[in-house]
Amino acid sequence: MIRDPKDLKRYDASERANHWVVGISFILLALSGLAFFHPAFFPLTQLFGGGTWARILHPYIGVFMAFFFVLMFLRFKHLNKMTDADREWLGRAKEMMDGNDHNMPEQGKYNGGQKMMFWCMTLCMVLLTVSGIFIWRAQFSVPVDLARFGAVIHAAVAAIMIAMIMVHVYAAIWTKGTIRAMWYGTVTRAWAKQHHRAWYRQMTGK
Amino acid sequence: MALQSLDIKQRSATTTPSPQARQTIEIAKLIDVSACIGCKACQVACMEWNDVRDEVGNCHGVYDNPMDLTEKSWTVMRFSEIEEQGKLEWLIRKDGCMHCADPGCLKACPAPGAIIQYANGIVDFHQENCIGCGYCVSGCPFNVPRISKTDSKAYKCTLCSDRVAVNQAPACAKACPTGAIQFGSKEDMKDYAAKRITDLKERGYEKAGLYDPAGVGGTHVMYVLHHADKPDLYSGLPVNPSISPLVALWKGATKPLATLALAGVALGSLFHYVMKGPNEVSKEIEKEIEKEDAQ
Repeated sequence: MIRDPKDLKRYDASERANHWVVGISFILLALSGLAFFHPAFFPLTQLFGGGTWARILHPYIGVFMAFFFVLMFLRFKHLNKMTDADREWLGRAKEMMDGNDHNMPEQGKYNGGQKMMFWCMTLCMVLLTVSGIFIWRAQFSVPVDLARFGAVIHAAVAAIMIAMIMVHVYAAIWTKGTIRAMWYGTVTRAWAKQHHRAWYRQMTGK
Repeated sequence: MALQSLDIKQRSATTTPSPQARQTIEIAKLIDVSACIGCKACQVACMEWNDVRDEVGNCHGVYDNPMDLTEKSWTVMRFSEIEEQGKLEWLIRKDGCMHCADPGCLKACPAPGAIIQYANGIVDFHQENCIGCGYCVSGCPFNVPRISKTDSKAYKCTLCSDRVAVNQAPACAKACPTGAIQFGSKEDMKDYAAKRITDLKERGYEKAGLYDPAGVGGTHVMYVLHHADKPDLYSGLPVNPSISPLVALWKGATKPLATLALAGVALGSLFHYVMKGPNEVSKEIEKEIEKEDAQ
């Protein structure tokens, strides 16, 4: 295990654990949820011990995820306030995606895209939790129109959230040297200087 | 029970066609509300034939007993006292599954083969494939399916699919002492209803008519109503039932669009990587850091 002592600490152990608890819950929820969403995905219920088990487990995993998501939200919300630099970053996001980050404004610990992701995820989680309660027939019974409304919202928002998580995962794969921040907490100084220069200055005093 | 494997028209959560080689005649049960005396023989016959016994409940001071459909009471008589043109009328409707041609339950069901529509029109629940999610309850425009508290499976009237499969009339029709429940081909039932309606009209029920709502493609349980213009008089029979637009949206456009969108995002990411390459730290910055360290 070679670690440069000058690497910058991006996440502490409990932040990382929190992230992965939410992440694993999300994967289980996405797999079981897709199974109910489209017949093509129904075989995924086998991963959970069959259709009935998938139906039983899905909402409990949802409650579990919602709880740990709230903890994660409280940990990170102060770092995700939108600034003018973030708005400018978002306006130039296309340049970034084309692989040209020369004109991108300096970013703090999170860039505008990450902050957008944070707030969109939060909104999705609120909608999914509330609509999930409406369709959790084993525990709650609500008027049928509310259950129908809940089912549409739950399906549509879940699809949006799965798409956003794909983008989230891809962004981590695309930006080399990022994933280690969530495995063992550190990033190189060069990485920080390249992608989050304001945070780099704050951490190193340079 | 999949007794008629070749006569399946639709199967829940299945995107390929069901075996369709054999064609069977479309059947229907006709409930002539004007001939019903509210004896509940149909309720008894249903429990008897299907070997289900509901909990003994309490008297609520009305004739309805049990008060609602349950996982063990697949049909109940609903009694309503109304005043029409200054006359008291006692309307008694045998409630239960309507066996829609366009079944909302089947559309909503996520479990392959848990809900089957036979070519003869019967919509049947196959509890061994049911996962207990209750989506059928959301899908139904008539509020019919019930989820058991004991086993979490959905239950409802089978239209005695097992009896019909061997050319027997449903148990309720067999037991009805007044002929208020008729059973036969849908065509014959419509003819029979037409005669009843003519008779009712002659007796002063000008708005008498057949309840076979087009919004769900017609049903395989039909009613002869003395007030066909006001079905809601009959303990809230829906005036113009159809699959809720929310269910149609959820199980219609959302499914393929969202699936395509997710595939698009996954493939888009892959090709972005392939075409634009990774977002690496520039050599320039790495050198700057190395220079700092050397100092």
